[in-house]
Amino acid sequence: MTGDATSARREGASLSRTSLRGRYDAWLRHHRQSSADSLLRILDNPVSSILTWLVIGIALALPVSLDVALDNAGRVSSTWDSPAQLSLFLVDGTSQAAAKELIEELSKDPQLAQVQFVSREDALEEFTRVSGFADILENLQENPLPDVVLVEPVDSLSPNEVTALRDEFEAQPLVAEATLDMAWLQRLNSLLELSRRSVLALGGFLIFGVVLILGNTIRLAIESRREEIVIVKLVGGSNAFVRRPFLYSGLWYGVGGGVFAALLVSAGLWFLSAPVEQLAALYGSDFSLRGPGLIGSLNLVLVGGLLGLAGAWLAVSRHLGAIEPR
Amino acid sequence: MIVFDRVSKRYDEGHDALREISIDISRDEMVFLTGHSGAGKSTLLRLIMLMDRPTRGKVLIDGRDLAKVGSRAIPGHRREIGVVFQNHQLLFDRSVFDNVALPLVIAGYDQREVGRRVRAALDKVGLLERERALPITLSGGEQQRVGIARAVVGRPKILLADEPTGNLDPALSADVMQLFEEFNRVGVTVLIASHDLGLISQLHHRTITLRDGRLVSGMAA
Repeated sequence: MTGDATSARREGASLSRTSLRGRYDAWLRHHRQSSADSLLRILDNPVSSILTWLVIGIALALPVSLDVALDNAGRVSSTWDSPAQLSLFLVDGTSQAAAKELIEELSKDPQLAQVQFVSREDALEEFTRVSGFADILENLQENPLPDVVLVEPVDSLSPNEVTALRDEFEAQPLVAEATLDMAWLQRLNSLLELSRRSVLALGGFLIFGVVLILGNTIRLAIESRREEIVIVKLVGGSNAFVRRPFLYSGLWYGVGGGVFAALLVSAGLWFLSAPVEQLAALYGSDFSLRGPGLIGSLNLVLVGGLLGLAGAWLAVSRHLGAIEPR
Repeated sequence: MIVFDRVSKRYDEGHDALREISIDISRDEMVFLTGHSGAGKSTLLRLIMLMDRPTRGKVLIDGRDLAKVGSRAIPGHRREIGVVFQNHQLLFDRSVFDNVALPLVIAGYDQREVGRRVRAALDKVGLLERERALPITLSGGEQQRVGIARAVVGRPKILLADEPTGNLDPALSADVMQLFEEFNRVGVTVLIASHDLGLISQLHHRTITLRDGRLVSGMAA
């Protein structure tokens, strides 16, 4: 009797004077019973259960849909990532010959995909045409624009290598200034990165919220079954035995919430996909929204379940110990 | 089987519930524990159940010092003891069968064994036909018998009862006592806290009397 009591304490539902195998069976049996019983209790109150699922689903769907949106934005911007263009403004008074020589030299550079010379005359002409300041420009004594060489690095260069290339060009005597037309892209990328961080922070908060919501739901369930817990403890139910059904309740609430979240995200994508494709078509792109997919949705359900367990564990560890037979 | 060695229990508010109690109840014995309310009967039972720990002294159950039973071993200890409560402590949203089955489910018996044992216990207390009923539909006496069936279904070595006849009329009380005697006859140590002196005097068992936490009579067998 003494030996069994010590070895039996972990399982709680184990039977003294039986084999390890019997104990394992009993443990498994109680898991089966608790999980089924908890699920039935949740389904017995469909309205309040669906509300709980919805609350959790919405809280999970928010960061997930933002993440999906960012993922899609990242895909759009990645198609613009290259070519990055470098503008080499030549020093004033560079002769045509010198410019030509430079271009020939640049054309041989394996790091560059394309080299294009825009003479100051061409540039002024284009500027006059595009800007609409023709009158003003005609009154200018001389052409204020420099000669420009537009070079396009090969795709395989990383942004850092492109920046290094820019510095290299700037060091050339003929080049007054080299500018990288990637600033806006870098801005977009850092904006995306900022948004990603924000989504992460928001997700963290909402996940914390989900755990608290579930903890509170389980706390209420514990309160409503206080007498039952006392009786079970009186007739020898261990803490693990008492805890189990509540942990399963948390699991089911979380899993249900995850399913609702996956449904909400899919519904949102479906709602937006037609106008997005239409917009993309107007830009001549065959871009279409990409959702979290089957694996992503399953992950969402899994995460929901884990959060449910965490919330239930929080409630159970805080409130169950306090309920002792008096 | 149940040994109290100079046990005292003082509650936090300074009330001495038990003072220097020494009792030795042997296996196969059936003992009444009596005294006016507040004399310490419930405290004594609570110490055996490990719902409380003594302030001083030692409690031994089946040779084991309860001071060495850690809090995680309490459930295992309680499974060795059947308890009948005055207020029944039944689960009112579960059937009679499920109530009686509870200790076996906790102990991890398989379905078939649970069914067999629960029906045997219900048969013993004469409630076999009511196994599907909810406790709320039963009379006070029937509820008490469900409680008894639950207490004995795990075949404990010790059966404790706290005022088991408190709410019952004399005829039903006699029936309940007879049940306890039958369990005692098959080798269960029975300890019954009761202030029903009339009923106790009709049954010829040792009677331990407490007054203000002190043992007045019944120390030896």
